Amino acid sequence: MLNTLSLHEVIALLERRECRSQDVVQAVLEAIGQKDGRLHGYLMVNAEEALAQAKMADEARAAGHKGRLLGVPIAIKDVLNVKGQPCTCGSKILKGYTSPYDATAIARLRAEGAVFLGRTNMDEFAMGSSTENSAYGITRNPWNPDCVPGGSSGGSAAVVAADEAIAALGSDTGGSVRQPASFCGCVGLKPTYGRISRYGLTAYASSLDQIGPMTKTVADAALLLQVMAGGDPADSSSLSAPVPDYKAALRKDLKGMTLGLPREYFVGGLHVDVERRLQEAIEVCRGLGARIVEVTLPRSREAIATYYIIAPAEASANLSRFDGVRYGFRATGAEDPIDLYKKTRAQGFGPEVKRRIILGTYVLSSGYYDAFYVRAQKVRTLIRRDFEEAFKACDAILSPVAPTPAYRIGENSADPLQMYLGDIFTVPVNLAGICGLSVPCGFTAEKLPVGLQVMGPALGEEAILRVGYAYEQATQWHQQRPGSLS
Amino acid sequence: MTAYYVTIGLEVHVQLKTHSKMFCACSTDFGQSPNTQVCPVCLGYPGSLPVMNRAAIRLTVMSGLMLGCRINPYSKFDRKNYFYPDMPKNYQITQCDKPLCLGGGVDIEVNGKSRRIGITRIHQEEDVAKNLHYAKWSGIDYNRAGVPLMEIVSEPDMESPEEAFAYLLALRQILLYAGVSDCNLEEGNMRCDVNVSIRPEGQKELGTKAEIKNMNTFKGVFAALQYEIARQTEVVSSGGKIVQETRRWDADSGQTFSMRTKEDAHDYRYFPEPDLMPVALPEALVAEWAASLPELPAQRRERFVRDYGLPEYDAQVLAADKAVGDYFELAARRCPNPKAVSNWMMSDVMRTLSEKDISITAFSIPPEALAELVGLTEAKAINSNTAREVFSIMLTEGGRAGEIVTARGLAQVSDAGAIEKVVDQVIAENAKVIEDFRSGKAAAFKFLVGQVMRLSKGKANPQMAGDMLQRKLSN
Repeated sequence: MLNTLSLHEVIALLERRECRSQDVVQAVLEAIGQKDGRLHGYLMVNAEEALAQAKMADEARAAGHKGRLLGVPIAIKDVLNVKGQPCTCGSKILKGYTSPYDATAIARLRAEGAVFLGRTNMDEFAMGSSTENSAYGITRNPWNPDCVPGGSSGGSAAVVAADEAIAALGSDTGGSVRQPASFCGCVGLKPTYGRISRYGLTAYASSLDQIGPMTKTVADAALLLQVMAGGDPADSSSLSAPVPDYKAALRKDLKGMTLGLPREYFVGGLHVDVERRLQEAIEVCRGLGARIVEVTLPRSREAIATYYIIAPAEASANLSRFDGVRYGFRATGAEDPIDLYKKTRAQGFGPEVKRRIILGTYVLSSGYYDAFYVRAQKVRTLIRRDFEEAFKACDAILSPVAPTPAYRIGENSADPLQMYLGDIFTVPVNLAGICGLSVPCGFTAEKLPVGLQVMGPALGEEAILRVGYAYEQATQWHQQRPGSLS
Repeated sequence: MTAYYVTIGLEVHVQLKTHSKMFCACSTDFGQSPNTQVCPVCLGYPGSLPVMNRAAIRLTVMSGLMLGCRINPYSKFDRKNYFYPDMPKNYQITQCDKPLCLGGGVDIEVNGKSRRIGITRIHQEEDVAKNLHYAKWSGIDYNRAGVPLMEIVSEPDMESPEEAFAYLLALRQILLYAGVSDCNLEEGNMRCDVNVSIRPEGQKELGTKAEIKNMNTFKGVFAALQYEIARQTEVVSSGGKIVQETRRWDADSGQTFSMRTKEDAHDYRYFPEPDLMPVALPEALVAEWAASLPELPAQRRERFVRDYGLPEYDAQVLAADKAVGDYFELAARRCPNPKAVSNWMMSDVMRTLSEKDISITAFSIPPEALAELVGLTEAKAINSNTAREVFSIMLTEGGRAGEIVTARGLAQVSDAGAIEKVVDQVIAENAKVIEDFRSGKAAAFKFLVGQVMRLSKGKANPQMAGDMLQRKLSN
């Protein structure tokens, strides 16, 4: 059952030569073979190449080579470029595209010996919260196959939770790592904007996008962050600040820490079990020595509106490049270049992507730009200041990840606005450019996972990892596994 | 008949002389096989990100400084959205409201009238790819995609095609001086769009303008303006109205054609480029760049007059091309009489360049060698005919003037005794001509001097020979 182990457990076994990388990859492939037909977390499994890479890793280890992730298989959300692999972003428009290069984050994992065994499903171009917007079919929640896994990194969350992966990468623009982690009961980390290079991450909303680890434990997330973090000359928005030793920040208590509870986040509308689990989690943190204070984030109520102006605006330009000229899907029967664009994009994009492109095009249009885009940027600044103020009084902020647990497949897909509101607790973190962590904090009565969000200031990853780790060590939620899919 | 005033503004795109593209490390070499200088960034592949070329920023700022612009301490990039097959990302990274340079101007002179044409702004952007059209299909060459450009936008200050032409020439001269661009029109280093309108005499507000695109040469700009002004004048004087539109210049037919009117103008939906950080230019850095600026052509003209005692005309000719001016200075500093160097350059050197159709940088005689030749003439070591002969030997065979004169025994003879012998011989052999001379035929004297030169194989000091002849014949 090597596939059920955490990243740290696998690395320990490999280092002690108690198992081979090939055994780990084989175990994961077997789990995929058994479960993924129903779960559909993967869009592509690179079995042969992964086994070959694992064999090479075993040989390298035997020859004395080291690497923090030597021979460890990691699942990659289909939005990150891995040289020689497809990168569809869950869209028909990138069908047939093969990446000519490695994303910086991938290159850094590769340099430590990681094995890239497959591409996970996602909402098309990371637009969605349920993975129902993939052009390649839905992914099911391992805890209840009638429920969504969350999104947009639903595939990565599902395969980690179902032990079809040791660890995975997702991307988070408005909660796309944290929310599916919460829905599937795994750990999801959205680092500070710029902490991990975006080079090679297919852009949805450039000023909000961030790559994040999705893992079975907080320590695993810290390790992947450790490997991927740091400035990158290829990404001007990456942060060159030194990367601290995240592992050193992990401690079993919260003594001396002050944790804030935003007044505005506890005003009703929360699913009753989500609220209960959260209150229990707060008490656990208190018991670990944390001081709990109330903070205020008054502009949070504007976050969704702000997000749904800025993100689609950027997306409308980012997605312009998908025109059928250079790569991916190209419609046939076009009369001229403009007709080629129209047909390719009409046939290549799904409805949610089209909705956001149209929305983004609208808010940037002459005559509307000031009223929407410029104003949204101003509100964004206010939201950032809210957090700056709040973090003067606390080291980290606790909140739910999402107002509800995983909902039923199809339940929200006809009502985009309802779906957007599900991002209410995660979106402010992206708008403020700060970091956030989702840690399993129990289950609903229906045995669906609930996530605790720990938010930290810019470059405050040590603080949120410490909170998450201490909480995780004091509870056993992260060790629970879904039953077999039936 | 109503007279019409013309108002012209120009937008000039200039390709900057950098080794790599604006936002990636690909080469900017011109003329390579299609799509050999491309990467995920300039092809607009998913996930790729732009990284600013600092050299391009410096060149644009240098241009701004040369043109008297204010340098924006805080400038930023924006995305300009439109779909076209030459655009890899279907948006262009450019600068909308915070360009690198603001204000400034270019001095021109037309028909003896000096004017300063204002510059509104200079902003930095990336070039697009090149579409190639064949009989049944089209191709796209992305080698040019992402090459750094600056766009220099003028004020609507020009009042005639002649002024527009003079502005372009002056601008090009300054940019060549600044060394920021090759300004090679054939390679598309400089591309120009014009805005032109007319208004009847007495009307204050400007008329409705037309924008004209697709001129590949300065002469094309001139011709397009002439055509367009005539067209607009005809429309207005026959009671019609000018519509605001973009027109395309067709060089073959010599006409402009409507491309699109204001109604179908693009909404470019500009917004700040989130992938690039704003450009902050500290005053100290700008000052450092300013200190490294070369002088302007106009300053150099003045200096040539002041320091080398050249006439205005010489200074203007020599300073017109920076490389010619540089050559002149290198030679003139080694020579006691800079005017003599100027004479040589404006006659023999320039003639040779135009005969061989080469630029001064390809000229085979180095400036020190020319200075030596001029020096020998000035010191009367050789006479001017010999100097021309030495010049042509230097041109074809190389070598230094002094060595050539010595090796071939070309040194001027200034020994009075030796010259007297030849003079006496000429007087003895030309009795008839001397008679003509005495009867007042001036040409006869020139002939006699010529005979002295011929007999001395061109080496006699012509001044001494003439003086001696004069003296002897008047006895």
